[in-house]
Amino acid sequence: MKMKELNKTTKSNLITYALVIITYIIVQIILESGHMSSLMEGLLVPLCTYVILAVSLNLTVGILGELSLGHAGFMCVGAFSSAFFSKCTAELLPSGLRFFLAILIGAAVAALFGMLVGIPVLRLKGDYLAIVTLAFGEIIKNLVNVLYIGIDENGMHFSTKDSISLGLQPGGKTIINGAQGISGTPNDSTFTIGIILVLITLFIVLNLVHSRDGRAIMAIRDNRIAAESVGINITKYKLMAFTISAALAGVAGVLYAHNLSTLTALPKNFGYNMSITILVFVVLGGIGNIRGSVIAAVVLTLLPELLRELNDYRMLIYAIVLIAMMLFNSSPKAIAFREKYSLKKLFAKKSAKEGK
Amino acid sequence: MALLEVQNLSISFGGLRAVDNFNIQIEKGQLYGLIGPNGAGKTTVFNLLTGVYKPTEGIITLDGENITGKKTIDINKAGIARTFQNIRLFKELSVLDNVKVGLHNNYHYGTISGILRLPSYSKTEKIMDEKAMELLKVFDLDKEASTLAANLPYGKQRKLEIARALATNPKLLLLDEPAAGMNPNETLELMETIHFVRDHFNMTILLIEHDMKLVSGICEELTVLNFGKVLTHGKTSDVLNDPQVITAYLGE
Ligand SMILES: Nc1ncnc2c1ncn2[C@@H]1O[C@H](COP(=O)(O)OP(=O)(O)O)[C@@H](O)[C@H]1O
Ligand SMILES: [Mg+2]
Repeated sequence: MKMKELNKTTKSNLITYALVIITYIIVQIILESGHMSSLMEGLLVPLCTYVILAVSLNLTVGILGELSLGHAGFMCVGAFSSAFFSKCTAELLPSGLRFFLAILIGAAVAALFGMLVGIPVLRLKGDYLAIVTLAFGEIIKNLVNVLYIGIDENGMHFSTKDSISLGLQPGGKTIINGAQGISGTPNDSTFTIGIILVLITLFIVLNLVHSRDGRAIMAIRDNRIAAESVGINITKYKLMAFTISAALAGVAGVLYAHNLSTLTALPKNFGYNMSITILVFVVLGGIGNIRGSVIAAVVLTLLPELLRELNDYRMLIYAIVLIAMMLFNSSPKAIAFREKYSLKKLFAKKSAKEGK
Repeated sequence: MALLEVQNLSISFGGLRAVDNFNIQIEKGQLYGLIGPNGAGKTTVFNLLTGVYKPTEGIITLDGENITGKKTIDINKAGIARTFQNIRLFKELSVLDNVKVGLHNNYHYGTISGILRLPSYSKTEKIMDEKAMELLKVFDLDKEASTLAANLPYGKQRKLEIARALATNPKLLLLDEPAAGMNPNETLELMETIHFVRDHFNMTILLIEHDMKLVSGICEELTVLNFGKVLTHGKTSDVLNDPQVITAYLGE
């Protein structure tokens, strides 16, 4: 019995990894044969970004059971901190090492912000996380838009007014230029690195879920009072899940930032809209279902692009796919819903009644 | 020295003194009953003992250690585990994992070991699996190890709660109406299991029961609570024949 269950989770995890790797191979073949449109090619790295975001948000929403509406905020701090680092060290470090460090920095800074938000909020008993993360996401986005940082021989200069007030010496350069953001970040992100980061994210989240700490996190989700009664430290595990979730969102930000020549914080990429889009991936992929998040992020990112030619019918088809995903996803709630309203059961009931 | 000693324990909710000057002494290895009509304050006593509520007054001593006012998780670490009148399982975890959460503080490996699947992960998980299966066998739940807790029938859910509490390796086990909602057969079986747990694990058990008949078959000593106050306590047979107790149960 027990062996069977172990095999089941291992098998399920392996399927998830295989899915990603097979997709990667297929895409590589299409790329090699020159059959991929430049539009699609441009979507490859963003797709990896969205997958990492969705999987990491599912850790907070599905595994920990807390609602976060500011996931894009953690992506934003990961993006800007790492782009800042890469631009400063562009001429100093070899690109491989530089990008590796950039990923660590993006993850660490996002984790730090995750803790800063989490420590005061996750101690509270109510559902305060949603509102605080919502505010956090908006504040970060707006803050980045008025932030000016420059470097010259005297060191770093900060301003929140404009680049002239940085008072840089001749020869100094502005790294973060307010609403114009950071331009000239080295384009280190590739589809291959994106896929590797997706796999690492999956590895971390799936292995965490099926470990001692993961059990504690899910126990808190299922019943906080019972978890406390068996000696689980609620704040510690909530904070652990939330911080890891934020760090992985930071990694997504690093990937995003190093795929653009100019990084700016717009409502579109780091605002409320983005946070909600990721949440939609998580909900439609199935809350708590990691593989579902991967699939939902890919399908829902590609679909609008693929349907571009259909113009008027685009939104209609998009809506139909949303509904279909809702019906076929495998979150416990969706399963319960399906069981309640399945045709089979409805007919079974009817015939049973008739038989009586 | 008694394992559990409670002196003058009281709590008020607004104007209501839900528990008023409660005293109890339980020796190691005893199977002790806390009875009383609905709303008498029995569950509230459990909530006070486990730190869910902070007492307004009183002292709680477990095995010589003053645990008054401590947090729930520290009280569990000090040695009190409980079940709930309204079942509180980790519904979306398997039966096995519910017990393994109970084992959480007795078996350790780090977060990194868990993520990287280092040897300490496999080794500790294996021991936890064995330990959990052992406990599940006691409650005849081993065949349902991989079932989701939510999908267990009611009677088995109550048993799983006891198994989970035992997994924390407590000195004192608190059971809040463990037979509630069970049919007479299940109840009889459960009473046997509780006896077995006491003997097998050398456990001290304080159990709340609403039904006096059940209590008489299993508890050696009783404390009767009525309107938050101790009405009487002593040997089960004496207490159950006490006219005061009979009146309290039948109502004036
Ligand atoms: N958190 C609370 N707030 C207010 N009143 C409470 C609370 N918990 C229990 N009570 C009250 O305390 C009394 C005793 O309740 P309880 O301990 O649940 O009784 P029982 O003996 O049936 O387990 C009841 O009147 C109940 O309404
Ligand atoms: Mg009660």
